[in-house]
Amino acid sequence: MTELTSKPAPPSGARSMADLKPRIFAWVQDYGVYAAVLALLLFNVLFTPHFLDASNFRTQFVQVTPIVIVSLGMALVIGTQGIDLSVGSVMALAAALVALYLGYGALPALIVAVIGGAVVGAAGGALVSYVGVQPIVATLALLVGVRGIANVLVPQLVEFRNPELIALGSSSVAGIPVIVLIAAALTLIVLFVVRRTTFGRQVVAIGGNRSASELSGLPVKRVLLIVYVISGLLAALAGVLATARLQASDPTSLGLFIELSAITAVVVGGTPLTGGRIRVLSTVMGALLMQLLAATLIKHNLPQSWTQMVQAVIILAAVYATRERANR
Amino acid sequence: MRRTELAAVLEAKGISKRFPGVLALDGVHLALLPGEVHALVGENGAGKSTLIKVFTGVYHPDGGELRHHGAPAAFGTPLDAQRAGISTIYQEVNLVPMMSVARNLLLGREPRGRFGVIDATKMYAEAARVLSGYGVETDVRRPLRTLGIGAQQMVALARAVAVDARVVIMDEPTSSLEPREVETLFGVIRRLRDEGIAVMYVSHRLDELYQVCDRVTVLRDGRVAHTGPLAGLDRLKLISLMLGRELNEVKADGLTRFSRDRHRAADGQGPPAVEARGLTRRHVLDGIDVSVRPGEVVGLGGLLGAGRTETAKAIVGAMPLDGGQVLVAGLPLRGGSTTAAIRAGVSLLPEDRKAEGIVPTLSVRENIALAALPALARAGVVSDAKIDRMVEIFMRRLRIKAASPNQLVSELSGGNQQKVLLARWLAVRPKVLLLDEPTRGIDVGAKAEVQALIDELAEEGLGVLLISSDLEELVEGADRILVLREGAVVGELTGDEVTEERIMATIADDRAHLDGDDRGAVR
Repeated sequence: MTELTSKPAPPSGARSMADLKPRIFAWVQDYGVYAAVLALLLFNVLFTPHFLDASNFRTQFVQVTPIVIVSLGMALVIGTQGIDLSVGSVMALAAALVALYLGYGALPALIVAVIGGAVVGAAGGALVSYVGVQPIVATLALLVGVRGIANVLVPQLVEFRNPELIALGSSSVAGIPVIVLIAAALTLIVLFVVRRTTFGRQVVAIGGNRSASELSGLPVKRVLLIVYVISGLLAALAGVLATARLQASDPTSLGLFIELSAITAVVVGGTPLTGGRIRVLSTVMGALLMQLLAATLIKHNLPQSWTQMVQAVIILAAVYATRERANR
Repeated sequence: MRRTELAAVLEAKGISKRFPGVLALDGVHLALLPGEVHALVGENGAGKSTLIKVFTGVYHPDGGELRHHGAPAAFGTPLDAQRAGISTIYQEVNLVPMMSVARNLLLGREPRGRFGVIDATKMYAEAARVLSGYGVETDVRRPLRTLGIGAQQMVALARAVAVDARVVIMDEPTSSLEPREVETLFGVIRRLRDEGIAVMYVSHRLDELYQVCDRVTVLRDGRVAHTGPLAGLDRLKLISLMLGRELNEVKADGLTRFSRDRHRAADGQGPPAVEARGLTRRHVLDGIDVSVRPGEVVGLGGLLGAGRTETAKAIVGAMPLDGGQVLVAGLPLRGGSTTAAIRAGVSLLPEDRKAEGIVPTLSVRENIALAALPALARAGVVSDAKIDRMVEIFMRRLRIKAASPNQLVSELSGGNQQKVLLARWLAVRPKVLLLDEPTRGIDVGAKAEVQALIDELAEEGLGVLLISSDLEELVEGADRILVLREGAVVGELTGDEVTEERIMATIADDRAHLDGDDRGAVR
């Protein structure tokens, strides 16, 4: 150590761009999404009238809630090198089940819906882990099939008047919508699971190197199965909350394309699709970033096509930063 | 001296490279002359990989100068270096596994017919012609992945040379080759040398250096410890230069770090800690019986593909079996479950560190704790304090060199990664440890430490199954050796029979014997 400190530091000019680049990419991957959210907030505070209104914040958060909940499960799945395309259909199935079982009360209906989501997740997980089907194929089949089942169960939009369920979707505690609180609680739970539990560490290890995990005695297949079950559970929960907020069950269109929003949130949050890393808070930030971006552009009267193009640029930037870092 | 400087194809003049907290290269001078095979040796962390990466444009030196044909050169990217005629053959083959052998060989230079369409006939003929010069006789239309690693490496080499390389850098090229393939490789290297190409040869296998290299440069702690002709440089002297230890010290220790005396427990006839009976898998294992007693080091000898790795995998349940069973302390083990094996106290250190060992996205700390997680958790919640304590103990005991426990394991040198994996297994307190090539591809210093550790663990009562292609290591490390051939045990060597000669004789003897039997059976 003394030898190192006694040496003169290398001239800073010698440190070329090529040495700096990986560090910039690493920083962008780790903190870029936070910086982007902050920048966007700052921009809005300065240039968007009424942006700081509580009602505006409420709307933004309520809208993004289902995506946040779904993307938590998606982050886990992607952490294992997998992907879950079935989440939108699971939301629809949950909406259908809620409508069917609402006669028994809000809580039984919610429980049935969540169990339905878990069953779909278990089916996908079993296909992936025990049968060995590629995740994208297994969950694509479920994306198509489960939406069909949901439509068979409830063919058209059904409105309901169950006060408890309506309250779940629209009431607030201390000015914060209940569904936002639920999303926040779920985020903390998933964060805890990933960081501090044996299961969470095993998920990350399996995504990082499956053979090594198998040889290390990890219950690889069971862990994979559970990951997809969790994703199904969370998607079903998101479906119930969205239904409660709509005050209507709409299996035909609920959750359409939400798998893409969830994958976007995960990717923009800096979780590599190659697995082995799970970034929970950044995933939530990724969802928020996309939401804020859309809201900002709308508030400035730019057409939706603009939003889509800007989102595309952000996704590319996120993937680029992740990839450049991995190539190092 | 002046002449060599002028003639050098590629020359490092006082190259320095600093990483956060480490001075990886410190004023390194090295001149590669045309028509020489130049050995680059040194322990892990000596700076070999860094120097190679500076030569190939992956890293940019912080100080000093790189000269190419006598003129200052700066390679911005690996592609720049390649264009300047510097090719590198890495330990891992960088080719496209799903493409045909011919496409891989001629990628980007395919012979074109009319309309720019690839002329397949010509391409296959050309590829077959080129490869036969490298001893690869195969159907060049097959996908590359169907070739053995050795043949794949030859394709990589042929490709590098065909791209008009003036400098070929080989990083551990023989680590996964069979002896016959090594001979072919050496033939190719000598041919390159005669054609005036400068070859830089990096290897831990001293035998090979003496067979094929003209000059040697020894790196130690980022500096050049010695450079000069290899012929006439005593083998022990070379080792002492690499280790930075005195000559007589090396001599006293022997070439490996195993103690000469057999382990005490080995003489006892106690019940085996693990016993495999009749392990059978079609085309792979043919009724293998192995047992390891506590405190005993049992070696598995044999050629590549004899079923040594497969035996180890079968014992821990990582390979499906057609027949046979594994008993741990007299009780049968549930087959096909590594979890059950580990719980019973049997663990495997796999041969392929990168593919089956480390989890590259995780830190040193998490890699060490991986297998022991359930024991370090209460109700599924892991205890950071317990992990930290355990990791600290193992990092100290195994002398794992890392910036911190939170450094990514993929950033460590091979030897340190191997120690991390050993720590992972020791953390689950196994009764039997199966070690598959525990010292392959790691430097002399780490190798010695690992060997000493194996000895120490056996003294403490651990049963060890040692697989090694290094006969010297096998003979000095093992108390008893089972020789495998084509998935069957063909001989057991105990006591004074444990010698390199006897192992080779057993393999050879049996081969003759079996051939005779086969002939008899056919007639």
